[in-house]
Amino acid sequence: MSLSTVADRMRRGALSIGCLVGLSLPVLAGAAGKTAPGDFGPPRGEPVHAILTSPPNVPPPVARNYPAKVIVELEVIEKEMQISEGVSYTYWTFGGTTPGSFIRVRQGDTVEFHLKNNPDNKMPHNIDLHGVTGPGGGAASSFTAPGHESKFTFKALNEGIYVYHCATAPVGMHIANGMYGLMLVEPPQGLPKVDHEYYVMQGDFYTQGKYREKGKQAFDMEKAIDERPTYVLFNGAEGALTGDKALKAKVGETVRLFVGNGGPNLVSSFHVIGAIFDEVRFEGGTNVQKNVQTTLIPAGGAAIAKFRTHVPGSYVMVDHSIFRAFNKGALAILKVDGPEDKTIYSGKELDSVYLGDRAAPNLNAVAKATASSEKGTLSLDEQTKAGAELFNGTCSVCHQANGAGLPGVFPPLAKSDFLAADIRRAQGIVLHGLTGKVVVNGSEFNSVMPPMTQLNDDEIANILTYVLNSWGNPGGRVSSDDIKKQRAEPAAAATAAH
Amino acid sequence: MRVRDVLTGLLLAAVGLARAGDYAALPGGRFESVLPQGDQPGVSVPVTLAPFELRRTPVSVSEFLAFVRAHPEWQRGMAPAVFADARYLANWSAPLEPPAGAGALQRPVVDVSWFAARAFCESEDARLPTWLEWEYAAAADESRTDARADPAWRRRILAWYERPAGAALPPVGGPANAYGVRDLQGLVWEWVDDFNALFIAGDSRTQGDPDLLKFCGAGAISIIDRDSYAVLMRVAFLSSLNAADTTSSLGFRCARSLPGASR
Repeated sequence: MSLSTVADRMRRGALSIGCLVGLSLPVLAGAAGKTAPGDFGPPRGEPVHAILTSPPNVPPPVARNYPAKVIVELEVIEKEMQISEGVSYTYWTFGGTTPGSFIRVRQGDTVEFHLKNNPDNKMPHNIDLHGVTGPGGGAASSFTAPGHESKFTFKALNEGIYVYHCATAPVGMHIANGMYGLMLVEPPQGLPKVDHEYYVMQGDFYTQGKYREKGKQAFDMEKAIDERPTYVLFNGAEGALTGDKALKAKVGETVRLFVGNGGPNLVSSFHVIGAIFDEVRFEGGTNVQKNVQTTLIPAGGAAIAKFRTHVPGSYVMVDHSIFRAFNKGALAILKVDGPEDKTIYSGKELDSVYLGDRAAPNLNAVAKATASSEKGTLSLDEQTKAGAELFNGTCSVCHQANGAGLPGVFPPLAKSDFLAADIRRAQGIVLHGLTGKVVVNGSEFNSVMPPMTQLNDDEIANILTYVLNSWGNPGGRVSSDDIKKQRAEPAAAATAAH
Repeated sequence: MRVRDVLTGLLLAAVGLARAGDYAALPGGRFESVLPQGDQPGVSVPVTLAPFELRRTPVSVSEFLAFVRAHPEWQRGMAPAVFADARYLANWSAPLEPPAGAGALQRPVVDVSWFAARAFCESEDARLPTWLEWEYAAAADESRTDARADPAWRRRILAWYERPAGAALPPVGGPANAYGVRDLQGLVWEWVDDFNALFIAGDSRTQGDPDLLKFCGAGAISIIDRDSYAVLMRVAFLSSLNAADTTSSLGFRCARSLPGASR
């Protein structure tokens, strides 16, 4: 008798509880190694209050060898939070974070679920848990007005990692505003012990302004319907898992990632640069795939990825649909500390290229240049120093710190005939972006540079002055006024030049 | 038509001085709701609305204060729990003391149940509007009686949804729409008389799934215009309520049938 047959009969009441106790069930998971019977009897012992955690934390293992009644209390909170530096967005959240609180129960547990809709909220909400067997995954029983609470109870029949999300109309908008999270249903014997467990969840966001356009940004339904996200993010915000907030591990440790994808639209090609997953429970199911480079996570799906760290450094997690990583924010970092192992890797750092943008900026030179500019005493030296720092933060990701670019992908700025031929054109490209074919130093490039709308006039002037005075370029200066004037002109003037 | 409306409006405004509340006259007529009204789901069947009057502004705190003074049975603590939940007028410091502060009395009253709203309207010889009346009146913007095709109209609704309800509400009396009615969008949710029937009506939807619009993609099956989700979110909100429920962003306004016109 398969598990699903048992579950099925349980639901129809065709199987008595007594008959189930001690019943041996087939192997559930290669990942788990050993097997234990599912335990679908009535809940035992005192009711347990589930520990809920905010991302990237995962609640401790259940560590229980019997089915219990588990009480989950989840509060829906609508609030404004930062989606990127200087950009805010109104999130609708389960538990105050996007993704929502992580829920961990044991297969066979009877879960009493309380959904509370904060009185200060404006919208009704509900919850569809993919780990629930029943109509709407609980949605029909949890439709809750602001200032109210719903309760429903379900039995966790199937083990695995499951997405939950709000399913109130319009569902897409509730999900796009951040209403999703993960619930882990542990197998009866638990998961094999690891050193670290982390919770990472991807989502796509649709704002009326452009990527990194400052200020309060509203949800854009047109873009959502067209599936043109402004941001693709891990854990709900740019920088949620970088810098000080990077995930951490030591060399020689095992790391288990619970990776979900809330969508609403995109599927994720989840990849950790410089690491290979030893085991992946793909699609969150019980089959285990070994030695995986990139695992596909469907919208409304999840996976469990496990690997051992061998070499110190910063490991960058990306959606390998790679423009999402570099142009929409889908970057996270796992920082591994410990001794080098030169037999495995020579030790050259991998992360500088990706980190440049998010690394703690040292912007003293920029501050100095701004002050001088205000006084009208800005020198060429101050401009190039400020420009260098800004360049390293913003431009070096693609054009590289030495201005050499990447052959066939990102054009060089070093000794660039394209740059030397028309400085004004270069100013226009920084302001308005560039799409399509260009020839630089005899090589053809056909790519997209987004408009650098996040940079102000001073910053662009300093960056371009730095570039003009570096790497064998002809020299010269660009002033803040030049940029200001050009910014006021229509973009067509700049794009027509090439 | 226009001139007559204006004249009627003026006339009613004059009458309004004598009666509590200030009502605008709406001509009614053919109206296409975002909710399917015919036998076939997904097929639009316009309905005919009889002329009616609608309060120009939502009921304010001061108006509701006057009401509970005159009708002590609707004061907090007096209203039976089956008619008003525990949050009923919860932000009033005492049963006859609404929140203090500049302009606080002119804010729309919130935290009121459907029963209380209904009793208020009866007290000024009126009733709650039906969903169709409300939707019809709210389809207007400042210059057009049906602005729903304009993305700007929809954006304004969505902009309000974006703001969590925690902050203090502005006073009633925003810009008037083409009918002279104010604050239908952008201030508070509003009770309608038939809020409970929006999903469970005597049409084909009841034969199918009464939960139809409650979750997931199901809602998309029966709606007519997928761009009308902004309005549907209001329907979703109303359908999440029970008649004794109150929330901090839910108020109401009243309507009146015109003599001789059938609802």
